[in-house]
Amino acid sequence: MDRKYEVMFIVRPDVTEEDLDKLLRTMETNVANTGGRVTSIEKMGKRRLAYTVRKFQDGFYVLAHVEGPGQMLKELERRLRVQELVIKFITIRTDEEEQRLAKIKKLRDSKVKGQGSHAAAAREAAEAAGAEPTAPAAV
Amino acid sequence: MADETTKPAAPAEAAAASETTSAHAAPAEGRPGRPGGPRGGGRPGGRPGGPGAGREGGRKFFRRKKVCKFCTEKIDNINYKDVRLLSQFVAESGKIVPRRLTGVCTPHQRRLTDAIKQARNIALLPFAAGR
Repeated sequence: MDRKYEVMFIVRPDVTEEDLDKLLRTMETNVANTGGRVTSIEKMGKRRLAYTVRKFQDGFYVLAHVEGPGQMLKELERRLRVQELVIKFITIRTDEEEQRLAKIKKLRDSKVKGQGSHAAAAREAAEAAGAEPTAPAAV
Repeated sequence: MADETTKPAAPAEAAAASETTSAHAAPAEGRPGRPGGPRGGGRPGGRPGGPGAGREGGRKFFRRKKVCKFCTEKIDNINYKDVRLLSQFVAESGKIVPRRLTGVCTPHQRRLTDAIKQARNIALLPFAAGR
């Protein structure tokens, strides 16, 4: 059972595009070596930080979704900590949250379907009942 | 009604009708039961919980019942990434606003707090802003 993680890290703002790509490649190979796989990597662009981190006011945000066992994440975190380009990172486990959201969604969908069929039946009954008394009421 | 308002020491029913105009002119003993009557009738008609709690704090929280934003809009996923949503529940100083002011329900407030703390850790929200 692979666990799903979401890793967001901030890279120094004075990093070149190729250095960033190199860093991401090494990260991907690392993850693959430790038995996981990278689902998606999203570069979120340069943003102003809410507070100074290692004397930087801006940072380049990267969001990555990875899947794998816990050991993989431990290794990934260790490497991120050592890496000089990365100034901050946060890892969040997402598979339990996704399960919860899916459950809520399923519950909501089933409720809507049930209500939909009930409403349709009620509407039909009302139409049938409404058509009859209007004729004698008009008289 | 006009001639009754000009008389300052008026009988009880005239005093009740003209309370606003001759309030400062007439003495207090002219209208013994009047201040308690209308005011006592007014307050239980409102929300007893609100003013009662507010008076102890020194402020009036006579607001309509606040609903949880997440429950009404059915937002399930309170993520640390949507800074715009989170910053609505953060004060100017960067502090997390208590739920009695925002009207958020308890489970959502807990998740919101976690998301705000995660956002603070990744420098999307400040820990303390301004002085």
